[in-house]
Amino acid sequence: MNTDIYKEGPVVHNAAFIDGHSVEIPILKILQQDGTVYDGAELPDINEEHAVKIYKALAFHRALDERMIGAQRQGRISFYMAALGEEAASVGGAAGLEAQDMIMAQYREQGALIYRGFSLEDFMNQMFSNEKDLGKGRQMPIHYGSNALNYMTISSPLGTQIPQAAGYAYGQKLQGKDAVTLCYFGEGAASEGDFHAGLNMAAVHNAPVIFFCRNNGYAISTPSDEQYVGNGIASRGVGYGIKTIRIDGNDILAVLKAVQLARMYALEENKPVIIEAMSYRLGAHSTSDDPSGYRTKEEEEKWHAHDPISRMKSWMLAKNWWNEEQETALFEQLREDILAAVKVAEKIDKPPVEDLVTDVYDQVPEHLQKQLESLKTHIKKYPEAYPFTAGRIK
Amino acid sequence: MAQMNLLQAINNALDIAMAENDSALCFGEDVGHFGGVFRATSGLQEKYGKARCFNTPLVEQGIIGFANGLAAQGSTPIAEIQFADYIFPAFDQIVNESAKFRYRSGNEFNVGNLTIRTPYGGGIAGGLYHSQSPEAYFAHTPGLKIVVPRNPYQAKGLLLASIRDDNPVIFFEPKRLYRASVGEVPEEDYQLPIGKAEVTQQGSDISLLAWGAQMEIIEKAAEMAKKDGISCEIIDLRTILPWDVETIANSVLKTGRLLISQEAPLTAGFASEIAATIQQECFLHLESPIERVCGIDTPYPLSLEKEHAADHLKVYEAIKRSINY
Repeated sequence: MNTDIYKEGPVVHNAAFIDGHSVEIPILKILQQDGTVYDGAELPDINEEHAVKIYKALAFHRALDERMIGAQRQGRISFYMAALGEEAASVGGAAGLEAQDMIMAQYREQGALIYRGFSLEDFMNQMFSNEKDLGKGRQMPIHYGSNALNYMTISSPLGTQIPQAAGYAYGQKLQGKDAVTLCYFGEGAASEGDFHAGLNMAAVHNAPVIFFCRNNGYAISTPSDEQYVGNGIASRGVGYGIKTIRIDGNDILAVLKAVQLARMYALEENKPVIIEAMSYRLGAHSTSDDPSGYRTKEEEEKWHAHDPISRMKSWMLAKNWWNEEQETALFEQLREDILAAVKVAEKIDKPPVEDLVTDVYDQVPEHLQKQLESLKTHIKKYPEAYPFTAGRIK
Repeated sequence: MAQMNLLQAINNALDIAMAENDSALCFGEDVGHFGGVFRATSGLQEKYGKARCFNTPLVEQGIIGFANGLAAQGSTPIAEIQFADYIFPAFDQIVNESAKFRYRSGNEFNVGNLTIRTPYGGGIAGGLYHSQSPEAYFAHTPGLKIVVPRNPYQAKGLLLASIRDDNPVIFFEPKRLYRASVGEVPEEDYQLPIGKAEVTQQGSDISLLAWGAQMEIIEKAAEMAKKDGISCEIIDLRTILPWDVETIANSVLKTGRLLISQEAPLTAGFASEIAATIQQECFLHLESPIERVCGIDTPYPLSLEKEHAADHLKVYEAIKRSINY
């Protein structure tokens, strides 16, 4: 038996319980809201070109969210999830990685996909579930995925990507790849069994995975103090023996610094890391949610003052890497492009009826071929009931 | 050819799969140095190293989640769930993730390389939690393949086919036969087809259909019926999903009668699905109602195992009922 695992601590002779709340976890902050860097703060590896790319991704994200919430309210798409106030966590996460690193996200991390170059058309085709959607119109809006961009297709069940990320990273390690996996999840998903399963598997099997928790304060309507007790998600990482850091999730430089260091550590040591990014979900959980039913305007206002995009902009302006003319032109162009892309995507056909039965298996099995033939015969008989497919059946 | 029991045949298949493919990994609870509680993975860690054959923590959802990630990455995970009774903590990872990975992503990603091995079934004094046959739960989920071998020869050929199949496969191993079933097994590589049933005995009066350990039961009942002058055709389904409708229907068109026997409880078991499909395919050729001989609708008991089970006597009685209808 390996008794070395029973670490000898200080011995006491009077019973003393350890209070989990008393574990001090510092929070990394580099950039202040006014755009100045804290004295003595160590900057991430970033230059002007990289900063502009990150800022443009943040701007794209905000413009997309504004327009698509509008599109959902007009009934043009069925559903949308915005990330207002926490864009720095997803964009900064991807910006700290290399292109060959896998990203396995929860759902509110389209910022990472934007940073990696998923095109406006790709976003629209997915949200309008038309025949050009890479996912063939099978999932609700915002369930993006791209093999070419190493962004795993989103799955609705919460937390399932966490043990998968551990396995994915383990495979990368065994094959000697110069790559890690970054796994996003929210503090709500950290209540799921898969979170505990995934952390333990990654820790025990030394998987080079970066677990990135976006602690945005709310799981739909449930505030984090009704979600867990103890010192956040970071304290759980410590319990699993995983290197852990807590950061200001609205501070793009802190996000970038943490991810850059985590990547280096995961790759060199072949071990997992946990980043807990403290932020706030300024918007609704989704377009089906109304936060006024469970929190105050005052609370939201307080967090508006921590806007991660304006914080980065102030820093960029001070460095002369950005100016107000560029700002105005960029947002005008983005809004125009997005509106135009909506108009194109909503006119593209729905996927053909054959797409119903492909990809269930690698080949369409006989029983599904039969069911498809029978369905086509039926649609031909009642074409008006199936307007998207009736006219296109071969 | 060598004499092997079912466990040795499985071990041999795993050895071949790991030797030919560097990315093939075997893992699960106690599968490392110990070789698994049934010893199906004996010697693999010594041969292929701790990185490729290893113990996991006691966390079924973690094992299958980890395996899904590995398969999506391009590795070939062969995950063991120690008992099929304990597959349920991993149910979400199997039915919502493994089964839907390719479909939901439009084939941007898939976990086709995944194989899940798990011992199932009763008759070993295992009680409620070491005896279940949960194949029907998974058969209701499009995207999975489900395979059940009946003897060592089948186990090796079907397991190799499952590992190499480009779809996630759940491979249910009849643990009652692990050591009880011994037979000739080629030492070289071979595969048996997934999705194809096998007619193991020709007959003219009634078709008997089962899978896994239940095959022994219907064979025994067919022997009894033979003494009464009843000629039974015996079919091993081998693959629960996708299942071979054609072979079963052709047999029933010939005999006019069908009996399906499964270890699992009667209600909503896979026998029910087969019965519904075959009555549709063969309605005008049926001479009697399709018989289902199954476990009764209780959890699997410890002391009254024989009473609960679909044994050869219950199958024999059902054969006569069908013939005399």
